[in-house]
Amino acid sequence: MAATVQTFERTSEPAHLRVGERLRVLVAHREILLNLVRKELKVKYAASVLGAIWSLLNPVVFLLVFTFVTRVLGNAIPDYPVYLLSGLLAWNLFSTSVSGGSRSVLDNANLVKKVAFPREILPLSAIGVALVDYILQMGVLLLFILVSGFGLHVPELALLPLAFLALLAFTAAATFWLAALNVRYRDVGHLLGIALLVWFWVTPIVYAGALVQDQLVDRGALWPLSFVNPLASTLGGIQRALYGIVSPEGTPVLYDVSLGWLAAVIGAVLLVSLAALRLTWGYFFTRSGDFAEEL
Amino acid sequence: MRTTVPAIEVDRVSKRFRIYRERPTSIKQRLLTSHSRSEDFWALRGISLEVAEGSTFGLIGHNGSGKTTLLKCIAGILRPTAGRIRQRGRLAALLELGAGFHPELTGRENVYLNASFLGLSRKETDRAYDEIVAFAEIEDFIDNQVKFYSSGMLVRLGFAVAVHVDPDVLLIDEVLAVGDEAFQAKCLDRVRAFQREGRTIVLVTHALDTVREICDRAAMLHHGELHALGAPDDVVREMRYVLLGVTDPGFVPEEGTREVEIAEVHLIRANGKSEGPVLRGDPLTIQVDVRSNAPVADLDVDFAVLDGATNHPVLEARTSRVGLDLGRVDGKRRVRFRIPGFPYQPGKYWVTIGLSSRETGHLYHVQTQRYLFEVVEAPRVQERVEVPVRVEVEEL
Repeated sequence: MAATVQTFERTSEPAHLRVGERLRVLVAHREILLNLVRKELKVKYAASVLGAIWSLLNPVVFLLVFTFVTRVLGNAIPDYPVYLLSGLLAWNLFSTSVSGGSRSVLDNANLVKKVAFPREILPLSAIGVALVDYILQMGVLLLFILVSGFGLHVPELALLPLAFLALLAFTAAATFWLAALNVRYRDVGHLLGIALLVWFWVTPIVYAGALVQDQLVDRGALWPLSFVNPLASTLGGIQRALYGIVSPEGTPVLYDVSLGWLAAVIGAVLLVSLAALRLTWGYFFTRSGDFAEEL
Repeated sequence: MRTTVPAIEVDRVSKRFRIYRERPTSIKQRLLTSHSRSEDFWALRGISLEVAEGSTFGLIGHNGSGKTTLLKCIAGILRPTAGRIRQRGRLAALLELGAGFHPELTGRENVYLNASFLGLSRKETDRAYDEIVAFAEIEDFIDNQVKFYSSGMLVRLGFAVAVHVDPDVLLIDEVLAVGDEAFQAKCLDRVRAFQREGRTIVLVTHALDTVREICDRAAMLHHGELHALGAPDDVVREMRYVLLGVTDPGFVPEEGTREVEIAEVHLIRANGKSEGPVLRGDPLTIQVDVRSNAPVADLDVDFAVLDGATNHPVLEARTSRVGLDLGRVDGKRRVRFRIPGFPYQPGKYWVTIGLSSRETGHLYHVQTQRYLFEVVEAPRVQERVEVPVRVEVEEL
């Protein structure tokens, strides 16, 4: 036994994050994360007969309603349901992670005060819950794309993993930062609600990305700068991957940029997000030593 | 299996809490109040102690003495303000039973959730599951949501999970005090099993008898300071004194080389009992039984009574001073100091007993301020006596 006994030291110094070491700790505690995600999902659908089917029903109804509405009323964007959902589901992944994650430490005050476990698990479980919903709903969307005859666009589809990773990295970075900040400043929740509302409408989700390009392309730096919004670039990538065609039936819908350029931008977002994640995780980790006291 | 490396080393640990009268929890408040009004509260001051591997350590003290804070610092939930804590091996802290229990989940689901917080993997929980349910005695309800459980069932389930953890170091805060007597006995059995398995246990409790029964060492915290550290009997006795509210005499453990030792001491009241208050003016006998571990020829037995309020000696006597020679002591002797009437003010009094060498003054065994008695004013009883009454009648 002597060989495997680990020594832990707790001092008055705030801890500093060492990524490799901390990752091993988190992996060792993965059971808590899985159980918390499972718990959230169960509680969310507890006492409901259909359970997780509710999560699937949402995009199904969306698809049906928008298919019907655009048939009847005509449409600015061809195959609008596919365009809308490819962006909207990704947006939901981001916004539910961030808003749930920012509350995660506060909502679990009793646990934080009474149980020693890696605090990162709390925001991570909020992301986990949103991720499960995202994957289920993406399943519905992909099924619809295949069944409705819309079809997959093969070279574009390669953007999906990259854009998804970049979105996830940015989501995690934002979630860690807000979760730690919220313990000290309880305003974060209110501010975040407003920020998310604005953010939703400045990002092309319900309207076509081509509209933004049309408005900004003649204004010099503004057009490339619009990709600084990580959601515009990552969601743009996901839309490109799933919706595929830039100008279906001659209507400009997606950003009219080359696949390579878009991939490069998203790659840059991924790198910057990872760097940001390292910073916000470090901030969260250092602050987490005092959570039990501040709650 | 005991090694010289302690399982837990607490080195000059202090913990300060900021008590905010109005805690700035929003940006507006932060901006408006340049100096947030706060007071410092030191929950722990310079605590140093070691817990040997495989031993059981009792931590006692008043509510608010810092016991739980110390436990939380050891567990890594709180960060000490100063000092360092070194801890070896896998640790599980039972600060609250059923931490993370969620009312909407079933008993089964909560077992797995709670177990993971205590460091059990899914496989380990699978293995212990049947035993956990049996221990909690809720087989019939395990698949019901815990919101339908009684508080007793919740506590039993929480404890059942807790005692099936598999740590090297186990921190237990007060949780032994739950459930009915039968369940408590079961819990104590589990703690004893942990002891046999060579695990290190730190136990915070108000049950002083439990500390004496199962702990190898104990510490008493008093207003955040380490007040006593040593054998459980000594520390518990110290705690009892502080609970009685007598002036704190400072903690002095027993001393001496113990060629002869104090076997038993009784403070015998007028009614022949060695408990209860002493009436002022009543006789009091201090009876000291000594036992020799080696023959001793120069034994001197002495006692001192100290005023509990001032710690000043008010009464002393020793066998040598009254010319009494105990001779060669090989075995047991009983010495009685008879005080015909205890004359002092009502209050609390300490008794110190000493065994020493008449010749050299060498201390065989001294118990400093170990025994305590209380003097009360004798109740005034109005006796019925014949009082001559003169009767007069006058014409008006």
